[in-house]
Amino acid sequence: MTDIVLSIQDLKVALPAWSDRKFAVNGVSLDIRQKEILCLVGESGSGKSMIGKAILGLLPAPHVRAVGGKIMFEGKDLLQLSDDELRAIRGGRIAMIFQEPMTALNPLMKIGQQVDEVLEIHTKKTPAERRERVLELIRDVHLPEPDRMITSYPHQLSGGQRQRVVIAMALALEPALIIADEPTTALDVTTQAQILHLIKELQRKHGTAVLFITHDFGVVAEIADRVAVMRHGEIVEQGAATQVLGMPQADYTKALVAAVPRLNPRLKELDADTNVLLRVTNVEKTYRSSSGLFGGSVREVHAAKKINLELKRESSLALVGESGSGKSTLARCIIGLEDIDGGLIELDGERISGRTRSELRPFRKHVQMIFQDPYASLNPRQRVGDIIALGPMLNGVSREQAIAEARELLRLVDLKPDAIDRYPHEFSGGQRQRIGIARALAVKPKLIVADEPVSALDVSVQKQVLELLNDLRKSFGLSMLFITHDLRVAATVCEEIAIMQRGEIVERGATADIFATPSHPYTRSLFDAVPGREWINSLG
Amino acid sequence: MKTFWSRFLGNPRVYLGLIWLVFLFVVAILANVLAPTDPFAIVGKPMTAPGREFWLGTDSLGRNVMAGLIHGSRATILIAVFATVFAVAFGTLVGAIAGYYGGLIDDILMRLTEFFQTIPSFLFAIVLIAILSPSALNLVVAIATVSWPPIARVVRGEVLTVKSREFVQAAVVAGQRDSAILLKQVLPNTLSPLIVTGSLLIATAILVESALSFLGLGAPNLMSWGFMIGAGRSFMREAWWLVTVPGVAILLTVLAINLVGEGLNDALNPRLADL
Repeated sequence: MTDIVLSIQDLKVALPAWSDRKFAVNGVSLDIRQKEILCLVGESGSGKSMIGKAILGLLPAPHVRAVGGKIMFEGKDLLQLSDDELRAIRGGRIAMIFQEPMTALNPLMKIGQQVDEVLEIHTKKTPAERRERVLELIRDVHLPEPDRMITSYPHQLSGGQRQRVVIAMALALEPALIIADEPTTALDVTTQAQILHLIKELQRKHGTAVLFITHDFGVVAEIADRVAVMRHGEIVEQGAATQVLGMPQADYTKALVAAVPRLNPRLKELDADTNVLLRVTNVEKTYRSSSGLFGGSVREVHAAKKINLELKRESSLALVGESGSGKSTLARCIIGLEDIDGGLIELDGERISGRTRSELRPFRKHVQMIFQDPYASLNPRQRVGDIIALGPMLNGVSREQAIAEARELLRLVDLKPDAIDRYPHEFSGGQRQRIGIARALAVKPKLIVADEPVSALDVSVQKQVLELLNDLRKSFGLSMLFITHDLRVAATVCEEIAIMQRGEIVERGATADIFATPSHPYTRSLFDAVPGREWINSLG
Repeated sequence: MKTFWSRFLGNPRVYLGLIWLVFLFVVAILANVLAPTDPFAIVGKPMTAPGREFWLGTDSLGRNVMAGLIHGSRATILIAVFATVFAVAFGTLVGAIAGYYGGLIDDILMRLTEFFQTIPSFLFAIVLIAILSPSALNLVVAIATVSWPPIARVVRGEVLTVKSREFVQAAVVAGQRDSAILLKQVLPNTLSPLIVTGSLLIATAILVESALSFLGLGAPNLMSWGFMIGAGRSFMREAWWLVTVPGVAILLTVLAINLVGEGLNDALNPRLADL
């Protein structure tokens, strides 16, 4: 067939000897055709990113290298090319869009120069022609005020704008293929929707082939023409997007699709109990950047502006917002990791805000936190048993009893009790998050604040952890304040939702009501931005 | 993932370093057995070249160079190790408190550290010895005083990164006291760079000690390598071995410590070593 842009044949990528498996990519064959978006989807460690890197010769040699197969592009095997030949293809015929737009751009160069540099290296255009082309590209990716934009530095742009610049650079030389490695993962959901839309629009306009690497089936549903599902370095299923998403054949794909959180709002279960556990009244928090030794301008960020919240006993409230909305700050204020500038936080009728750390200590056992990053939230030099037993021991429980309780908790979170003598690095991300949950439960708190507890986890693990949290909440009679950026997750876990934007709560109510009739425009835009919304709804 | 020990001992350079260091420690411990006579005792004709009677010859006063070398290893190692231990202890304390509490405390402690760092360290050590009078203890004090600032900076930097990790916040939320958090949660996670810097500091301490002894500022009744070089330097043309032998000993020891220190670094930071 002549319309095949890139053909990967039986690609094998070897991992270093001490890894837990021999091949990162084991015998993968893939064709990318003209004018199509091929989504390579898989969970972390599936080897999906390695394929993108192998195509561009960016594998971290010498430990990871391609040991077999071919990558045919325009009649040449990319694996056999010299560095110089590969460099000409890289950027010229194949372009790459990275996950993190900040690190993909040089912070010391103006946007215009960076785009221009690509043209300068690869083309023989005159400076005037290049400038014309740069402006055209900036307009193409719908950046406002192109003339001003080209004289800006990366730090002056938002994350979404930076990703647009990266896309403009990728398009600069009209490549035959663009490899996009999780290009929207670091972005907020509304920005993600815009960028996905842009990639699709430009791809249609220029007829470029796109290899889109992602872990999110919602994104796949939004953008893909064809889909290849990867697991453990092998492709388990590939086919047209409608077919793979609509009627998945492989068991693994079925499981992944089943794990995608639905947009089904959770119903209020108990409304009889109106006993308020947590009351947040007019809470304010402002960050000021220090003026430094020689003065200078002080920057103020209002992370929380007169926030009011109530959380009833044994209920759960989701605080939904994008990055910078102040949701995490509010959580940290409630948990006592930050001091508030004004207002009042009460737990069970007692004031917990404005107390010193030692005054707060008696309240610590009532409020516990589950953290976002399962890799950073456990001390790598302590045994799991000691990590879990710390809280009870600080509250006067003997070590023997605390360890015995820790065993029981580990059983409750579906880990083996012998985990107690092991160190955190021996566990996977999902298992670590279970340990984190066990730690939070160890002091038998009344309220758990969970700060994005599943955002770092794969979708299948995410589902299990959410189910676990749900079960534990019922059996322990807990209240939960659940911080998330993901409406889908919020809907599965919480009966009530509060939407935050720029330090304010713009909408609050029962999950079912908000899902049925979102009243605030921002809430509506959040709903519209959920990737693959139509597909998810079709799953029922 | 390979373990720390397999990465550390699988490195041939570490072996070479360790062999020399172990040999040196054995010699230092057995100094009285290997060379029972006082190293300051006059045992033969002055300036005897290395030969059958005196393997490494004698110096200008007829003292046995071999005995000096053996006893010198003891003095050199003791002073260097103690100075390093004090420097690491003090530097860790300052760095940990500055990094953990931040704010004004950090400002004050770091300005203090910078004050010490801006004084040329060797001149400072000379001044200290001149004020305190030369003795083994004062050598330790002087060397420790000039070598703690880099330790304080390393520890402060590590504490700053570790304390923002979520497990430290989890300990705060659990209600652990600041001192316990610092000792049990934060400091154990700063050990790797501390061990590496500390081990390399021993090499620096040996050099400073030798240099001070060379200038005659060492402990007067302790035979050390620097002292031997200092005493033999005027006879370099007539008796090359007086300077060369202890000089090579210093060179080998510092080299060995650096090899082991870098091996520790590679083993403790495997990702860095792969690059």
